[in-house]
Amino acid sequence: MTMMDTGEDIGGWETIRRGISHSPELKEGIRTTLALAVLASAGQVVVPIAVQQTVDRGLRGSGGPDATFTTWLALAAAAAIVLTSWASYAMTARLFSTSERGLATLRVKAFRHVHDLPLLTQNTERRGALVARVTSDVDQVSQFLVFGGLLFVVSIGQILVATVLMIVYSWQLALVVWICFAPLFLSLRYFQRKLSIAYATVRRQVGILLSAISEPVVGAAVVRSYAVEARTQERIDAAVLAHQAASTRAQGFTAFSFSLGGISAGLANAGVLIVGIWLGQGRLWSDDISAGEVLAFAFIVTLFVGPVQFGTQVLTDAQNAIAGWRRVIGILDTPADLVDPGPSGQTLPAGALDVAFEGVGFAYPGGPPVLRDIDLTIPAGRRVAVVGETGSGKSTLAKLLTRLMDPTDGRVLLDGVDLREVAETSLRSSVVLVPQEGFLFDDTLAANARYGRLGATDDEILAAAADLGLGDWLAGLPDGLATRVGQRGESLSAGERQLVALLRAQLADPDLLVLDEATSAVDPELETRIGRALERLMSGRTSVTIAHRLSTAEAADEVVVVDHGRIVQRGPHAALVQEDGSVYAGLHASWVAQRG
Amino acid sequence: MTDERVSGAGSTGAGFAVLWVAIKREPAVFTISTIGSLLFGALTVADAWVLGWSTDHVVLPAFRDGEIGGGLLWAVLGLFLGVAILRAVGIVARRLGAGVMQYRMQARSRRAVTRQYLSLPMEWHQKHPTGELLSNANSDVEAAWGPIAPLPMAVGTVAMMVIAVVQMLFADLVLAVVGLLVFPLVIATNVIYQRLAQGWATRAQQLRGELSEIAHESFDGAMVVKTLGREPEETARFRAKAEELRETNIRVGRIRAAFDPTLAALPNIAVLIVLVLGVHRVLSGATVAGDVVTVTYLLTVVSFPIRSIGWLLGEFPRSVVGYRRVDAVLRASGAMPYGEATAPVSGDGARLDVSGLAYGYHADRPLLRDLSFTVEPGRTVALVGATASGKSTLTNLLTRLVDVDAGAIRVDGLDVRELARGELARVLSVVPQTAFLFDDTVRGNITLGADVPDEEVWEALRTAQADGFVAALSDGLDTRLGERGTSLSGGQRQRISLARALVRRPRLLVLDDATSAVDPEVEARILAGLRSEDRDATLVVVAYRKATIGLADEVLFLSDGAIVDRGPHDELVGRNDDYARLVNAYEAEHEGVTS
Repeated sequence: MTMMDTGEDIGGWETIRRGISHSPELKEGIRTTLALAVLASAGQVVVPIAVQQTVDRGLRGSGGPDATFTTWLALAAAAAIVLTSWASYAMTARLFSTSERGLATLRVKAFRHVHDLPLLTQNTERRGALVARVTSDVDQVSQFLVFGGLLFVVSIGQILVATVLMIVYSWQLALVVWICFAPLFLSLRYFQRKLSIAYATVRRQVGILLSAISEPVVGAAVVRSYAVEARTQERIDAAVLAHQAASTRAQGFTAFSFSLGGISAGLANAGVLIVGIWLGQGRLWSDDISAGEVLAFAFIVTLFVGPVQFGTQVLTDAQNAIAGWRRVIGILDTPADLVDPGPSGQTLPAGALDVAFEGVGFAYPGGPPVLRDIDLTIPAGRRVAVVGETGSGKSTLAKLLTRLMDPTDGRVLLDGVDLREVAETSLRSSVVLVPQEGFLFDDTLAANARYGRLGATDDEILAAAADLGLGDWLAGLPDGLATRVGQRGESLSAGERQLVALLRAQLADPDLLVLDEATSAVDPELETRIGRALERLMSGRTSVTIAHRLSTAEAADEVVVVDHGRIVQRGPHAALVQEDGSVYAGLHASWVAQRG
Repeated sequence: MTDERVSGAGSTGAGFAVLWVAIKREPAVFTISTIGSLLFGALTVADAWVLGWSTDHVVLPAFRDGEIGGGLLWAVLGLFLGVAILRAVGIVARRLGAGVMQYRMQARSRRAVTRQYLSLPMEWHQKHPTGELLSNANSDVEAAWGPIAPLPMAVGTVAMMVIAVVQMLFADLVLAVVGLLVFPLVIATNVIYQRLAQGWATRAQQLRGELSEIAHESFDGAMVVKTLGREPEETARFRAKAEELRETNIRVGRIRAAFDPTLAALPNIAVLIVLVLGVHRVLSGATVAGDVVTVTYLLTVVSFPIRSIGWLLGEFPRSVVGYRRVDAVLRASGAMPYGEATAPVSGDGARLDVSGLAYGYHADRPLLRDLSFTVEPGRTVALVGATASGKSTLTNLLTRLVDVDAGAIRVDGLDVRELARGELARVLSVVPQTAFLFDDTVRGNITLGADVPDEEVWEALRTAQADGFVAALSDGLDTRLGERGTSLSGGQRQRISLARALVRRPRLLVLDDATSAVDPEVEARILAGLRSEDRDATLVVVAYRKATIGLADEVLFLSDGAIVDRGPHDELVGRNDDYARLVNAYEAEHEGVTS
């Protein structure tokens, strides 16, 4: 099965690089933002310099305290503070803008890609987890991009500047500092890996958590009528606790790896003083270093330690963001294996279509074959009914015909063109499937009908309903076309939801109509009425109807009987029913018996 | 987070109130992480002291005298390392403590929220979109407890700040007072920030919920979107909301971007003012240079706590919004009231009495009115009616998903509203029209956690005609179903759902068109199984097919929410034209075709 890519095998830098390439906005004006960041971080030295200058020249100057000098110095420093604060504001605002814009692009891209994935792949991921990927996983990235990413670059710069400064003072002491920090730098990789795994677990747990939480929401009715609240709560509690444990564990790693920076700093301070003394005593090399220089060096070390600690913090916090980023990129990496042929795709001609199955076989990944050796041609304009026991493979046939899945063997042709070569837009406008459970969106009835034809006017919808014989039903609804259907259409009955699905198909005006038990929940009287209406509509189109009510089969031009994944009989109803002992005769007998 | 209501004019007060809820709930962890933070602060000061001590006692003597004892060098190393290690302990205690506290509060809220989801009535659920409820339990909970992360740091630095302020006052009162003017300014900045950000933060959190609603609905309807080629329109719908969220986040971000540097600049400006004023005071002889330096130094010390408190306050608007959204769910009332009565579980079929029942979303247009009927133990009643005549609404009332507006439903003479929670389910099982499968194994989906031997599971599967395909699944009863599970057809799902009801051996079984996706042959076998079994359960079936109706001792014919006729099927066909037309439609069609 084409599983949803978790993205967990993408490396950290790789994730950032690919993330940025998916959201080009992140790079917009990056030089200016970086310049602002450098200016903003320079603001940190304004006050220390002002204080030092005031003390040395304003207060303890040779001619006594100098008020004029201090005033001018303070004004200059104030101007510098205003400037660097503005730079900090501008940098952060720009970062918010670019990262939010970049992430919105990424979100939308991932959302679209989910819809482009094959049905099978969509079903390998829990709905809640899929939602998390385009919502909270993306939100994780935002914090990092604003408060981490670029500032990390700045702190690397600061580390380099501090190192150069240290080397200028004393290359030996600089070496000591780097040696003291070496274990930290070397262990970073190890901790990053640990953290990466820990945060990937957290993100995965979020998906499981959302899925568990959705159970009492989506399955509210079943949970209540079976009084399994306690069990459902236990399952949620387990997911909540697992998420809590994973998060706490990740936090433990973060805290520990961050604390290491401080220990290196302590070591470096001691090292600088001790080695400084040795150098001064001429025990190591014959370098000339004064006590003042050693002490000055100790202060420069703080310029080095600050950004190192900030950098490690960013790196650890980044793992959380990267874990979220990976999962979003993971979606984009999952192949949409029902690939739209793109510009080279062929357009189906208008008018009824020929259908051909050539040696078609299908098996769910890792499962036994559901369909085998299906060879079937349906001339344009023919009405075909497909019958067979539940689980015989009828619905799979419908899914292959509408390219919800591709066959594992053979090919499906429309007007002689392999479905895989038909342009997606052409395919979707020519071929329409009405499934058994037509999903409705939480909107008005009219808006739901318009999924069949965008921009259909109310009059067109009413006309389509009248053509299907649904005028009375529509007129009887409290608000007519403006009736709100509720979540998943639950304010309507299952039968009414099927009517809306039919209305959509009617508006879509397809050349090949595939009905998969499309009226199973509608009452017999209405169903036969719709059946007659559909027959009229099917003239001039090819239609394939999957039905277990054999009245449909009786009315069709041809019946195809599927049994255990093979076509076992085909021909008009009257002929098939005569074949004693055949599958069809059996189905028919129980159908007649049922009608009592 | 159950009883505390967070109010207050601004979000600062409300933000502290949210934190106070957390502190009261986790005092021990909060104390540990705060001590960790204090340790960190104290050792940061100690670090400076160690440097000073080493300078005076080791470095300067070493350079002056040329010789120094090895023990002193070890002392330098030991002091620096000791302070560093203790500080690391402080960091771990602070950060891990904050994490433990934050995640515990999150877990607590999530469990409380989902408990509400389970106890609130169906009517409440119908009014709240799935995506919004997912968002309440996920991102709102996260937002609510967000400020716990910077809390220990902020509290720890407050101590640092207090010490610094006291020292300042002792050094030079005038300069200190001038310097401390920074505090009202900080408070004013914060008030302005909270005012500006609150509205946008609320909007952003609301948009997050709406975005997740769209994603959830769209992925739920993925098949429709795909078959009708509506991906571009769905993407446009999602994009519009994502862009609205983007703009709102950018606005929140701009305000935040101005807040942080302003807060950082205030103490810095104060330092400059103190310097200028200090020089004048030194010139006038009011103070000495040393005290000026001390006050300015202490002001810079104070600036860090102010910033870390700023990080805390910066989280407040989002936190308060999240807390209130979660709180709204926790405060939602209208949980279905239950009585005390228990239902007898042994014995044969239950007796069902419905008297004077009325129900409707709108009082002026009731969905069901004046329904009265009785089903004697062990008897079968079929509810027959046109699409949308109120049959499913009636089954929802029978299973007490909703309560009647008037009249009563009695099982064995007991009003269902008098039964204790969970009691009705011990008597009655319903098989809904649309099967819902849990993210669990076949066994789990059927037993729902009850301790049922596998033989009984298989028996229920056999009656539901599901034993064949379940046996063929790769892991049999252990095969996972549900969202991520093996793809089952509609008919297969219905049969699993039927087996779930049968395995409970209910005394009253309600089938709501529960075999609509099953083909006639299989349905005939299911019906035969239900009939032949030594079950004497009372049966209420919603049906269209005559074979199913044929099971019934009595048919209730519903039209527009009222029973318009009742009696055995044969009689109804004879005397009621509407009924005959409805149930004989297939034959009429058949005649039309063959004649």
